[in-house]
Amino acid sequence: MIVDFLPVARINPMAPEFARTLIVMPAFNEEASVADVVAEVKAKLPGITVLVVDDGSLDATSAVARAAGALVATLPFNLGVGGAMRVGFNYALENGFDNVVQIDSDGQHDPTSVPQLLAALAGADLVLGARFAGEGHYAVRGPRRWAMVSFAAILSRTSRTKLTDTTSGYRASGPKAVALFAKHYPAEYLGDTIEALVIASRSDLTIRQVPVSMRPRAGGVPSHNPFKAAAYLGRATVALVFAFIRPRSTYRVGGSV
Amino acid sequence: MSVASYIFGIISAALILVVVIELLRRRHLRERHAVWWFIAGVLALVAGIFPQTLEWAASVVGIEVPINLVFFVSIAILFLVLLQHSSELTKLESKTRTLAERIALLELAVRESRDSNGSNGSNGSGDGHSQS
Repeated sequence: MIVDFLPVARINPMAPEFARTLIVMPAFNEEASVADVVAEVKAKLPGITVLVVDDGSLDATSAVARAAGALVATLPFNLGVGGAMRVGFNYALENGFDNVVQIDSDGQHDPTSVPQLLAALAGADLVLGARFAGEGHYAVRGPRRWAMVSFAAILSRTSRTKLTDTTSGYRASGPKAVALFAKHYPAEYLGDTIEALVIASRSDLTIRQVPVSMRPRAGGVPSHNPFKAAAYLGRATVALVFAFIRPRSTYRVGGSV
Repeated sequence: MSVASYIFGIISAALILVVVIELLRRRHLRERHAVWWFIAGVLALVAGIFPQTLEWAASVVGIEVPINLVFFVSIAILFLVLLQHSSELTKLESKTRTLAERIALLELAVRESRDSNGSNGSNGSGDGHSQS
């Protein structure tokens, strides 16, 4: 189900959706960009709650985000995106938010796509914002590209839906996914993207993909160092293999919630 | 084998056991971490007092030079201890991570309730504590 793009009008048809939705922004040393991204999210998605999870930053990320009007949870040391997202999922669960949308704090994700992600949640538990699905311009080359393509093929089979961009951090989780991820979101490197998809599929959640446009990152260029690319491929493969052979009991929800 | 090397072997093995037991006694070592060291100490003591047991064990598994069995068992025990430590480290990391997440959430909750109290008027002094 593809939903038409919803412009943010004065009368906002998404208002009830926004009230039930928590935007989670993991931030590690992002004092330069986090305020602008928070302001943009609040302007384009009126009435939505923004939680910035400061992942043990050494700079003023927490203070800047708080001044910009976001809720801020500060981790005492760096846990990686997975750990930061677990804080976000737990906050959502404990404070009655049904949906969680993850947005990067470097401005890479355009918040105008959030209504599309939320609309797609009506028929799915987990919605990925995909970079290669037609919209926007985002080029990756070399081994990193091959890895992304083969992972997409494998994960499309597992989740029984067509996925093209499995490492996208721009994603929306519905109530079932929030309950699962609050307890079992993988904290390993790359676990937060690839393994989370496998856990969701193996827990019988419905996964969908909607095209979103991505902006170039505010700072830094994706690395084309062949050694780094090889290390990335290796670690991603390990993450994927273990995601599949892990016993189901390690991510069971229910019972003692 | 000289008398000196015989006694040296027994004393070394006894020393391992004494240290392990002393650490256990003072709660500097938990039982589940002590178990491999204890097994190693007992094996060393038996092989030290009765060298024929070592020769017999080596012939049973087809090792021609008995000392190679000692090396094999030593390395195997060290390997298992290291593996156990890596696993414990992983569990500890996972517990610290959960604690860090909890702290971040608690800190946020404290700040939220303090801010909502603060906006009610009284600002810390006087009867501020009588709220909540």
